[in-house]
Amino acid sequence: MYKYDHFDQEFVDRRVTQFRDQVRRRLAGELSEDEFKPLRLHNGLYLQLHAYMLRVAIPYGTLSAAQMRALAHVARRYDRGYGHFTTRQNIQFNWIRLEEAPDALADLARVQMHAVQTSGNCIRNVTADQWAGVAPDEIEDPRIWCEIVRQWSSLHPEFTFLPRKFKIAITGSPNDRAAVRVHDIGLRMHRNAAGEVGFEVIVGGGLGRTPMIGKTIAEFLPKQDLLSYLEAVMRVYNLAGRRDNLYKARIKILVHEIGADEMRRRVEAEWENLRDGRLRLEPAVVADIESRFARPVYAGQPADSAEVAALKFRDKAFGRWMQANVVPHREPGYAIVNVSLKPEGEPPGDASAAQMDALADLADAHSLGEIRVSHAQNLVLPHVKLVDLPSVFRRLQEIGLAADNIGQIGDIIACPGLDFCALANARSIPVAQRISRHFADADLGHEIGDLQIKVSGCINACGHHHVGHIGILGVDKHGEEFYQITLGGSVESDASIGTIVGPAVSSADVVGAIDNIVRTYLDARQGEERFLDTVRRLGTTPFKERLYAAA
Amino acid sequence: MPLLKNGRIVGDAWQEIGDDAPLPSDGAIVVSLARFKAEPDRLAGRDGALGVRLRNTDDARALADHVGRLGLIVLEFPKYTDGRAYSQARILREELGYAGELRAAGNVLLDQLAFMQRCGIDAFDMARPDAELAWRKALGAFDAFYQPAGDGRATVFEQRQRRLFEQRAEATWSGTAG
Repeated sequence: MYKYDHFDQEFVDRRVTQFRDQVRRRLAGELSEDEFKPLRLHNGLYLQLHAYMLRVAIPYGTLSAAQMRALAHVARRYDRGYGHFTTRQNIQFNWIRLEEAPDALADLARVQMHAVQTSGNCIRNVTADQWAGVAPDEIEDPRIWCEIVRQWSSLHPEFTFLPRKFKIAITGSPNDRAAVRVHDIGLRMHRNAAGEVGFEVIVGGGLGRTPMIGKTIAEFLPKQDLLSYLEAVMRVYNLAGRRDNLYKARIKILVHEIGADEMRRRVEAEWENLRDGRLRLEPAVVADIESRFARPVYAGQPADSAEVAALKFRDKAFGRWMQANVVPHREPGYAIVNVSLKPEGEPPGDASAAQMDALADLADAHSLGEIRVSHAQNLVLPHVKLVDLPSVFRRLQEIGLAADNIGQIGDIIACPGLDFCALANARSIPVAQRISRHFADADLGHEIGDLQIKVSGCINACGHHHVGHIGILGVDKHGEEFYQITLGGSVESDASIGTIVGPAVSSADVVGAIDNIVRTYLDARQGEERFLDTVRRLGTTPFKERLYAAA
Repeated sequence: MPLLKNGRIVGDAWQEIGDDAPLPSDGAIVVSLARFKAEPDRLAGRDGALGVRLRNTDDARALADHVGRLGLIVLEFPKYTDGRAYSQARILREELGYAGELRAAGNVLLDQLAFMQRCGIDAFDMARPDAELAWRKALGAFDAFYQPAGDGRATVFEQRQRRLFEQRAEATWSGTAG
């Protein structure tokens, strides 16, 4: 993973000093809440329903064991002993005291972490494939480019007061695991006819109130031009993005209103002024950043383990976990272990300080000291020897993180919802908990297979319900929580927005409704067909008919 | 009204002239872009310096052929959250080569001074007595920045490149000497 040089370290240290002074002025009454608000937001500090929430950046979802221990320390020392991993590969602490926030950030700076630009109308944490660098299908590791974008966007003087927040994601694989088509800017690395690697630039995707799939405005952008091109896009957006209506301020609305061709024209016109300027990336500078990513050193391993293969049959629980949570690694004899943060009936994405410490120890012992966070709110041990899988599994069982449900119906994404969030109309986490418990009791997860449920507590769609195979949106009907259900969304290479199946259902009926939809699928599927493919083949009608037949 | 310029509170010699007001025969004046475009000859024929006030919806490039004869351009920040004028500032300084006074007017917060300064803004409509201290703090908060902007500092990327170049030169030199 990336190691700071002295510029990077000095930068986060000075940021802490600056914020400490701003907090002091706020506490002394020298700054009003109105004046303080933009400052705290640019340092990841939100005022929530009950307390301040601190959102710490985990750039492109990569953590060292030492960094994970620092997060455990913050959870224990400054919060209530746990943290919440988010859909943007960050972590949130929900019970922070304002006067202690600078200390928490100082402790994090010691392990090269920060909360810069994790909120506010600026360029946010850049996200990537959680299997970057280890996925067998990868063309190139996207994290080097994420880090370059992270640095360029940090305290960018021109783009700190944009019309709205701005999210960038990069994938280095043909199979998109970074959801690049639903970001303000998505970058997809690919090879051109000459064999060079560059970026497809996709703009104007997003979820929220107006879900949109992004449009491609550059098919192949050479690497050296990445920052100048991004700067051109940002400048067009900063000057022309709507500021009259909060809900129409994202770049997706601008792209939608002027069209992809006009957007491309404006960006290219702006880019002409910038492309050969100081933002051009020199290969030596890129190589320097790349060299700061300590490459894992693998011990030569046999490609297969007869013992592990046998254990899969002997030990049913281990076999199921292997099937659902463990995927192939590019290095022979190694595997990628996905650690589900969705144990049956627990809030999705939460981890206790003790679990974080235990995972850090596991990473040191069995994953070359490295951990990843996925946008599905799970964790990853990216470099586990095949022969170590049984002991890793046993240890995960001991710490309550051996749920074997990755990509299955129990692996639900949910926003914080009305339990924590000031914007929500309805609770999300309890709905996710009830669904996960229902299907765990029925022991159906493995039979159903690949099925992503995503729950948002309001139209802002932090739970990404639009792109859930089943999406659930909390709405308020005369003071009562109701849930609108969509089918057929997807966030991967075949990205699509789900279709509303019918009238919203009550909180009491929501689990029954999901059960009904799943039964329709199980009856209708052909062979190994995934839920999403069945919905795409049949449309929503058969689901709708059966769901509302009783009513 | 006093303003903060290059870190000092100073008096303001410029006079704002409304679109319908008569032009004074001398003295430094500021007019809107609309008036600047409508009365080029009358404005050029006056004695005294000329400035233009841009709304943040105006195209800064409309001044492309005129920046050499302007002594002041005023940019508007109607709300601190409205950051359009940051882009206008960089276009004026870095693309059009404007070298006169570039002033921020409106809702300018002390904690935004550093961003504005980096975009090339050097004067601020701000009469607060603590503005000079805030300026020194804002400019001293960071030593180096990652991205190029209108302030002319070498970026972190450029400093790294220079260091790499020096290392290589040193390695070459030692190689020859050895």
